[in-house]
Amino acid sequence: MVTRHGGQVSLRGATALIGAADTAVGKLPGISPTALCAEAALAAIADAGLTLDDVDGLVTCTSMAEPHMYHAQMMAEYLQITPRYCVTASAGGGTTFSVIYQAACAIAAGMCNTVVISMADSLRTGLSRDQAKIMQSSTGHAQFETPYGSTVPGYYALIANAYLHEYGATPEQFAAVAVTARNHAALNPAAEQRTPITIDDVLASRMIADPLRLLDCSLVSDGGSAVVLTRADRAKSAPHAPVYLLGAGEALSHEHISQAASLTTSAARHSGKRAFEAAGLTPSDMHFAQIYDCFTPVVLIEMEDLGFCPTGLAGEFFAAGEANLGATLPVNTHGGLLSHCHPGNPGSMFALTESIQQLRHAAGERQVQNAHLGLVHAQGGILSSHCSLVLGREETL
Amino acid sequence: MTESAPKPVPRPSPETQPFWDACERGELTIQRCEDCQNLQHYPRVRCTSCRSDNLAQVAVSGLGTVRTFTINRVPVSAAYAADVPYAVALIELAEGPCMMANILHCDPERVHIGMAVQITYEPRGEVQLPQFKPA
Ligand SMILES: [Zn+2]
Repeated sequence: MVTRHGGQVSLRGATALIGAADTAVGKLPGISPTALCAEAALAAIADAGLTLDDVDGLVTCTSMAEPHMYHAQMMAEYLQITPRYCVTASAGGGTTFSVIYQAACAIAAGMCNTVVISMADSLRTGLSRDQAKIMQSSTGHAQFETPYGSTVPGYYALIANAYLHEYGATPEQFAAVAVTARNHAALNPAAEQRTPITIDDVLASRMIADPLRLLDCSLVSDGGSAVVLTRADRAKSAPHAPVYLLGAGEALSHEHISQAASLTTSAARHSGKRAFEAAGLTPSDMHFAQIYDCFTPVVLIEMEDLGFCPTGLAGEFFAAGEANLGATLPVNTHGGLLSHCHPGNPGSMFALTESIQQLRHAAGERQVQNAHLGLVHAQGGILSSHCSLVLGREETL
Repeated sequence: MTESAPKPVPRPSPETQPFWDACERGELTIQRCEDCQNLQHYPRVRCTSCRSDNLAQVAVSGLGTVRTFTINRVPVSAAYAADVPYAVALIELAEGPCMMANILHCDPERVHIGMAVQITYEPRGEVQLPQFKPA
């Protein structure tokens, strides 16, 4: 229930995720991103035991392969629904989680009761490789960055080199993040890349933008994913165990990397603190963490900023295998953007649906034993905007 | 979005026109707040520290150090294919603010964090694009 103290609305346990579904991912030339978005939405609604008539909120993000300026409104028309709350989200990879937070606020404020959040894109087959590169690198400042010809991996490589330099970290530690993701993907039948890899495989993959190698970079995929968020009192009749939103936090520090005050820490410090405080929990309470992994060093910075590892030491955590399933804190149990899939802005949705499966205890071979609490974190831009969510089962309320 | 598109040319806006005009004269400039002395780049309509609009575009030394860098092995578009491998760096100007640039007239393998660099210019369309080279 929504409670107030000191004028601030507490969302702890006020809403729950009751539906979750992913489409197939990878190379999907036979279906448009608009259709993927519709399919994901309908599958998540069915998973929640509902029909389209039960939905009065819709959130989507635009697709790069099939852009539409007013995307959510277009999807509502496509699905022939007339939601009271209809929003297109846009904050890069952080889009997903920030809209969950906002949808929870909309529900708490009485704007709507049940929101479907559906996102899809076709970066792999819907765009040529060059189109995809140019589209993604257009996040740079048009006058003061884009003319210098950096790719998106190049922008993140600026962070990666600064991290190596500042903390004496190693490319082997970056590689350990990719290996961990692949270990988990090997247990996930839905993952795009499931063949196990070694540190040496990562180090032997071709250099893209020093010090980032091909296997330090996330995939480029087609795919869609959706969830259904509803008021807590409506969640009890759902067919699956509801997953409650216990805390959420957002923060940003810059948009363009040349404007970043720090290259080795991020606003995840603030988004994480806000989410944990709202949940009344700490990092050590979490049974797993899904951490945005567009590039391997980003995971290290986020792990440190969220309070899971001391500053500069997340690389050792991964290298020691502490992020593996069954170890200290399993990270990216589905394989992440590095090995499961990465269709652009919708990418972090899959970390959310994975968290829901983990907290339903329905994650199969990759199930984290006794998972009751988990953190999901996403970022967008170039380590710019961040959103953290703490999720829990009913017994954690 | 065509694959044969040339390298992008900065299109000055009213706030940035003085910066690009100065580049045309071979002068690197940044904004200084005449009320609080804050230095900032890129040019804006207001001071990022005190929000004053009393801003001047002032010449700086053109000296800086490499704050971080990468070597792009994959060109962002066909227009950059002949440049591969090319260094992209964040330059900390001697006066403080940060700007992005390529490091020219230098083997990209020799670029390193802390390297001393100085301004140079690359003609790009109708502008002189600020770039850096070893000092
Ligand atoms: Zn000022």
